[in-house]
Amino acid sequence: MHYAVADYMLDIVENAIDAGSAVITVDLIDDGEFIKVCIGDNGPGMSEETLKKVRDPFYTDGKKHKSRKVGLGIPFVEQAAQTSGGEFDLRSEEGLGSSVYFTFKKDHIDCPPLGDIPGTVVSMMMFGKEYELVFNNSTTGGRFVVLRSELIDALGSLNDAESLILAKRYIAEHGIHTAEDKGESKWRN
Amino acid sequence: MAKLTLDDLRKLRDAKKSEIETRSAEGKEAEIIIGMGTCGIAAGAKSTLDAFIDELGGKGITSVSVKQTGCMGFCANEPTVEIRVPEMPTTIYGNVNADIARKIVNDHIIGKKLVSDHVFDKPSVDIIK
Repeated sequence: MHYAVADYMLDIVENAIDAGSAVITVDLIDDGEFIKVCIGDNGPGMSEETLKKVRDPFYTDGKKHKSRKVGLGIPFVEQAAQTSGGEFDLRSEEGLGSSVYFTFKKDHIDCPPLGDIPGTVVSMMMFGKEYELVFNNSTTGGRFVVLRSELIDALGSLNDAESLILAKRYIAEHGIHTAEDKGESKWRN
Repeated sequence: MAKLTLDDLRKLRDAKKSEIETRSAEGKEAEIIIGMGTCGIAAGAKSTLDAFIDELGGKGITSVSVKQTGCMGFCANEPTVEIRVPEMPTTIYGNVNADIARKIVNDHIIGKKLVSDHVFDKPSVDIIK
């Protein structure tokens, strides 16, 4: 099981990248009552039959590791959302892409901590494939959007330690949720 | 203090560019590849990644490339990390927490000596054909 909201986000984004998506959007919204996450991609999508199966922890498509019998990313996030008074929804269409939506009720005792959002956004951007990632963070205090391509344009790459530290600092300074507490967000100025 | 802008990032990149090019020309490129699948994330691979970046950044090492991949198939030994250093065997380490990550930077990448206790040389039994 994952520890923080950021971990669930990273896991779903890794799925999208692994599926070959060219564009991934990550919305992280804090409306005061709920933390809401929506991750969309333009990857290959899933059939209706596969869509039902992926919520089963004992299902995997077996493409990557033929002998594996589990696929835990989606079941983890669904369970975590539901046990913390939130919602989970998964939609997909073959040839168009997929979207995963999940929420956590902030004052619920089982609401996971937010985690290291700036570091996780950088982590989402440093997989070794060609893709665009758009991260959108909205809270009651404002909105911040950052693209993978603009960070690569500014820093040259997202693979050396100095660039990664600068990218994380940039994202942190521009008002991302801080994660020191259980689901409580702050807009940093 | 003013916030860091994208233009600031460009200027900082340009300032360090000549230094990076000098080091690259010396052929000292090394690679760190961290498994960031479900299993890796659940086992704390994000802390491992942070430790690598922090240790490399703290020492001013820019000639090492830090990358991520999905599950490498060694779920029981997460976090797993592959290290590629010129003139050394490509090595996969298992159970790499933050402390071991720092040790890998200092011993393997800088010192050219394996961190033997964490060398992972056999894939999990369920993926051996």
